[in-house]
Amino acid sequence: MSDETAVEETPIEDVAEVDEAREALVATMTEKLSDGIVETFVKPGDDVWIRVSRDAWVETANVLKSEMGFGFFNFLSAIDWKPSPFGRDMDSQVDLAMNPTDETTDVGDAPLETGYAGGDTRFQLFARVNDVTTARAVTIKCDLPDDDLTAPTWIPVYPGANWHEREAAEMFGIEFTGHPNLRKLYLPGEFEGYPMRKDFALLARRIKPWPGIVDVEQMPGEDEDGDASEEGSGA
Amino acid sequence: MTSISETEQLRYISQQAADARVNVEIETEGMTLNLGPQHPATHGTLRIIAKLDGEQVVAAEPVMGYMHRGYEKLAEVRTYPQVTTLINRIDWTGSFANETPFILAAEKLMEIEAPPRAQYIRTILHEMSRVANVMLGIGDMGVQVGATTPVFYAFRDREYVLNQIEAVTGGRFHPNFDRIGGLKDDLPAGWIQNTKNAMGKVEEFCDQIEDLMYGNEIFQARTRGIGIIPKDVGLAYGLSGVNIRASGVDWDVRRDALPRGLVYDQVDWKVWTHPDGDCYSRMWVRLQEVREGAKIVTQLLSQIPSGPIMAKVPRIIKVPAGEAFVETENPLGVMGYYVISKGDLNPYRVKIRSASFNNVSITPWLLKGVFVPDIISILGSLYFILGDIDR
Repeated sequence: MSDETAVEETPIEDVAEVDEAREALVATMTEKLSDGIVETFVKPGDDVWIRVSRDAWVETANVLKSEMGFGFFNFLSAIDWKPSPFGRDMDSQVDLAMNPTDETTDVGDAPLETGYAGGDTRFQLFARVNDVTTARAVTIKCDLPDDDLTAPTWIPVYPGANWHEREAAEMFGIEFTGHPNLRKLYLPGEFEGYPMRKDFALLARRIKPWPGIVDVEQMPGEDEDGDASEEGSGA
Repeated sequence: MTSISETEQLRYISQQAADARVNVEIETEGMTLNLGPQHPATHGTLRIIAKLDGEQVVAAEPVMGYMHRGYEKLAEVRTYPQVTTLINRIDWTGSFANETPFILAAEKLMEIEAPPRAQYIRTILHEMSRVANVMLGIGDMGVQVGATTPVFYAFRDREYVLNQIEAVTGGRFHPNFDRIGGLKDDLPAGWIQNTKNAMGKVEEFCDQIEDLMYGNEIFQARTRGIGIIPKDVGLAYGLSGVNIRASGVDWDVRRDALPRGLVYDQVDWKVWTHPDGDCYSRMWVRLQEVREGAKIVTQLLSQIPSGPIMAKVPRIIKVPAGEAFVETENPLGVMGYYVISKGDLNPYRVKIRSASFNNVSITPWLLKGVFVPDIISILGSLYFILGDIDR
């Protein structure tokens, strides 16, 4: 499934609804950053996503804070779009590496399915800032190439990004250039690996059956795929 | 045997003294003070390494992770209804409020809405967890600055609120009561009147504590003009909730960006701010929050509509693909969940935006230059819960 179809499918319910304030925000950002913006997505009445290039990552923050009034730093983190090769495997009902066809399938070759505003790479930074005077908010995304997981730091613009970047660094292995203190935040200093990456195995799920399976197993009287049976909810 | 005259002896002594003074002025040595990990002001296990020069802090470095449980990773291998059990334990003094934004995010992706009765009860419980949480914070602040009485009053009166939460959810601390599409159960008989009485007790507590603590000279001396956070700095660090409203920012998610599924717009209440931004104003705004919370709950209790408490939701919940971020005004500040779904039983990625994480990230900036006893005032007035930092 390509990114475009995923993006276009969602707003079908909100036909003819146009979010003027959010469209205007996107237009202003496009004007100010021009080439820096890769893709945008507006969900009317809900939210707005802007994907920028890595070179424009800090410039985006600058523009948002000093020119657009987005003074409130909400959060910064990363997403790993490559599905886990393990999934929830022991006695798992559906989530066999997001690919229920065959347990041993290597999902490494499957095309990446990314979210709103698209994405081309496995790792994506995303951050959110708010404007508290008008109660607007925007989510910024940024692709990071697999062979060069670095991004410039946001600290000079939003000092609150400091700890968020440290967390993203230890959990995903992303290096933030210019960060003054990129030590581990939560994990012990000698910890190896990046736990929030999808290919980091969660040991508890590897060594014993998933206890939560009882919640999603097919009950007597339910239809074959164990899905959405109304009798089941009254039990 | 050589003898020295009295004048020589005096000169010698004064020279020694002068040397000593000079030495003190030239060669001072810094000292490192290790605060925590188990100091009561840390509400859990936060360690602060403070480099001191005399009584003043030169640099402070918070160390955390003693309680990191990895909820973001664990949520990826659980179904949506199972995640609420985990996230109950993020801010353990206001547990129900942790569930609300996650449930609302899931409902947003599924495009369903809880029935009105469930929305009202949800708002009431959300607000009651705020009252219980902030009461504890106020009482605890008393202990931090040396007054033991307020904490006993706070724990005594907080029990009335917790009893009511227990009566409806079955859990004093971890209700796990919110469901996608509604609530687990309806209210028990007689609960509305009992809760109104409990809210009366809360308002009494507020009046009492205002006299006892806020009017106290020592309390004011320990908190006024200390730990001042300017508006812009606070916002850039992502401070939210009371901590930013006490710096004069008039912003409350309950009023300005109310997510669908909560009914704060149905009642008459006020967002309190304070222009000073110091420890005292943070605690003052907190007290007003408790008052407003009691007011909101009392009003909502008389308005609860009748009807079902659960929308039609399949037993096995699959959330359609998409991304949603829902934030609510929680007791400690703005809390949000960024949920990415790929149409499966379990979320693909959950980013937990917890209030205390951002609120505490300002401490290295804020503690620079303050005196040692003020560290405690500042930490107490920022009021964080470690589970909310470490997640």
